[in-house]
Amino acid sequence: MNMEKQQPERLTIVLHSGDMDKVYSALIIGSGALAMGMEASIFFTFWGLQRLKKNGLEKGPLSKMNFLGLGKWMVKRRMKKANVATLERLMRDFKELGGKVIACEMTMEIMGIRREDLREDWIDAYGAVGTFIQEARGSQITLFI
Amino acid sequence: MAEILVDCRGETCPVPLVETRKVIRQAKPGDIIVVVGTHPASREEIPMAARALGLEVLSIEGTENNWTIRIRR
Repeated sequence: MNMEKQQPERLTIVLHSGDMDKVYSALIIGSGALAMGMEASIFFTFWGLQRLKKNGLEKGPLSKMNFLGLGKWMVKRRMKKANVATLERLMRDFKELGGKVIACEMTMEIMGIRREDLREDWIDAYGAVGTFIQEARGSQITLFI
Repeated sequence: MAEILVDCRGETCPVPLVETRKVIRQAKPGDIIVVVGTHPASREEIPMAARALGLEVLSIEGTENNWTIRIRR
């Protein structure tokens, strides 16, 4: 029997970091929330926005022990062995389950990023702090990553 | 009424939860969703998600490394 609530609970994440491991956290938590019946939005800002560039999603370094990419290579190898999903797949699932991706316009301006530089097919909205607050004020969970 | 199998053996967090959710979205009321998997935490979390969605968990069987969960949509 379908008893889904009229007003679903919501999760809003600010993804400020572009580090690979933190992007994983954001997308795993986001799709977990969707899987458990919540709505979810991720606001990609600053270094996080870099990951929305074309071919940029998997490009982030490790937040610790990156060692010029060697650490990341080792961690990715172990993730593959443990059959951890790629960021590309997590993003696809996040979108498929109705997750919202918001791109920070100020970051785009500061860093000279145009809409056509980004994966526009993933992005639901371009916004500033007001958009984030509007999302966050109705959220039961908010995270800054 | 159909029985739909979700095979997430060998998959790890968050894939079993996400794949189950995808199937729940597609299923019709009354359909039975059978999830098989090997990821220990998902054995607890998939029933949690199903109940949060207001669905009935019919059974949870097997060990934490090899389980079957049945949910009614």
